[in-house]
Amino acid sequence: MSLSGKDVEEIMALLESSRFDRLSLEMDGLKLELVREGSKARTATVAPSAPAPSTERQGTDSAATSPAASAAPTPTSRRSAEDGLLEVKSPLLGVFYRAPKPGEDPFVEPGDRVEEDSIIGIIEVMKLMNSARAGISGEVVEICATNGEMVEHGEVLMLVRPD
Amino acid sequence: MDIKRIFIANRGEIALRILRTCQQLGIETVLGVSEADRHSRPAQMATRSVCIGASPSAQSYLKAETVMQAALSTGCDAIHPGYGFLSERTDLAHMCEAEEVIFIGPTAAQIEAVGDKLRARAEAVAANVPVVPGGAVNSADEAARLAEKIGAPLLVKAVGGGGGRGMKLVENLAELPAVMDMASAEASAAFGDARVYLERYVASGRHIEVQLLGDGAGRVIHCGERDCSVQRRYQKLIEESPAPLLPEEIRDQMRDAACRFAARLNYRGAGTVEFLYDIAQDEFYFLEMNARIQVEHPVTEAVTGIDLIAEQIAIAAGEGLRLLQQDVHFSGHAVECRINAEAPERGFMPSPGTVSTARWPVGEGIRVDTHIVDGASVPPFYDSMIAKVIAHGPDRAVAIARLKAALNAVQISGIDTNCQFQAAILDDPDFRHGGVDTGFLARWLAKHEEAA
Repeated sequence: MSLSGKDVEEIMALLESSRFDRLSLEMDGLKLELVREGSKARTATVAPSAPAPSTERQGTDSAATSPAASAAPTPTSRRSAEDGLLEVKSPLLGVFYRAPKPGEDPFVEPGDRVEEDSIIGIIEVMKLMNSARAGISGEVVEICATNGEMVEHGEVLMLVRPD
Repeated sequence: MDIKRIFIANRGEIALRILRTCQQLGIETVLGVSEADRHSRPAQMATRSVCIGASPSAQSYLKAETVMQAALSTGCDAIHPGYGFLSERTDLAHMCEAEEVIFIGPTAAQIEAVGDKLRARAEAVAANVPVVPGGAVNSADEAARLAEKIGAPLLVKAVGGGGGRGMKLVENLAELPAVMDMASAEASAAFGDARVYLERYVASGRHIEVQLLGDGAGRVIHCGERDCSVQRRYQKLIEESPAPLLPEEIRDQMRDAACRFAARLNYRGAGTVEFLYDIAQDEFYFLEMNARIQVEHPVTEAVTGIDLIAEQIAIAAGEGLRLLQQDVHFSGHAVECRINAEAPERGFMPSPGTVSTARWPVGEGIRVDTHIVDGASVPPFYDSMIAKVIAHGPDRAVAIARLKAALNAVQISGIDTNCQFQAAILDDPDFRHGGVDTGFLARWLAKHEEAA
């Protein structure tokens, strides 16, 4: 398998007309990476510190890990793409709690400021409580996960407008 | 108890295999997937799939607490662990017992009883099941006395070893004390357990195992045996049922011994007792019991017509054994080849990647268990087995001919597979004759390397 210059041109045109900033293609030992420059697109992905939830710009993560598998965007992720918001994702599968204890105030509400190490919720795995951190500093815009319900590994917990 | 929704704690072909039976039974499925498997065929087929963690198994498929939480949160009333991963880990079985979720498998106590080699051996002796002559030794004097009884050649084995690791061959009993000292020191360093035991060395043996179903209350039936002697580095490559050219009285004794062993434990669910058949001595010995569904279960299904996964689910749901021993009939012969993503011509180097196209054979007596479709990814994090091709026929020769034709019809592009390697083994005159020993493939490889 090889790509001609014309093939690459066509792929570039496809990227141009899409809403994605970056394309990564891997096949038969051939690797092609295209990044859209210009406009106000940011090409850098936010690299979270190890235990924190990952925060990545929508569109870049799925393309980077699995080119064949870009799932249909969810309503929340579409919003994050439109508004330049960042997703705070769950670092593990478990039951999500917004407050330290039932009846207490939530860790964060929309409008609150968070720092990278701010605790934004608790994720319970078989009675073991794990604190989830923001991993990014900014203003909380929307809480996406439901209190007391299971969140998957990588599920969006909340949207943050970065500084 | 009715099972309405099953959590499948596995991936790949076995996840899809379990899904198929659940669909036929009208049972909903929730599949726990790692990041790498989010878009796999099983994930598309399941009623629902949830991402349980990152791609490496240790961060997803091996996390018992996460699997348990996911099963509880998704309202599953049972967990099917498949093979490998959590299938023989007592922590998941224990948690299921505590949370009153059905574990589709044996009890935690049964997993424990067969999981430890010395314990399992003692259970076999208690069930009057023959074991390889040998035993644990605590002193040099004891070792000398036991070695005298076993005779040379013999093996010094580490209690903590396994899969061919931690074994030393003693051909002359005069060497025993020195080898014992060395083996014990090495075992201590490698496995953190200096205990060793002695065992007769079987120069030429066949790996033959008996498929069992137990109701958990002492009744056990067998579904015949499988011969899995074609192995490379203790990894099975070709399996068949029934075992060819095995003396009928040995076959009967083996089946009875396996049932006896499991019945004594009140074994629940599907399990397999493995034996080593010593060709020269015409004797067989207990090796171990696998407390799970096995990779090679389809050859048994082909010759008996039994859906072993459906029986596992029925037993787990408390229906007990739906079959009597006399209801199990055997028809024809079945052979299975494991298809691995690897390059035999390059030292069996694993070949992960993206499968651009996958064409699997169809035809009379052919069954293919696989999750690989066009565009499927074979992640580097897991076992390299991507498919099993099984051929059934009225006799062994027809089954092998069908399997050979099926392997030649496989078309996989994007990754390397061992398909042609497997087809070449099927052509070997000794294999065609039947009843090869576990050293067969190593000799075959050495011969073909020389020729190349």
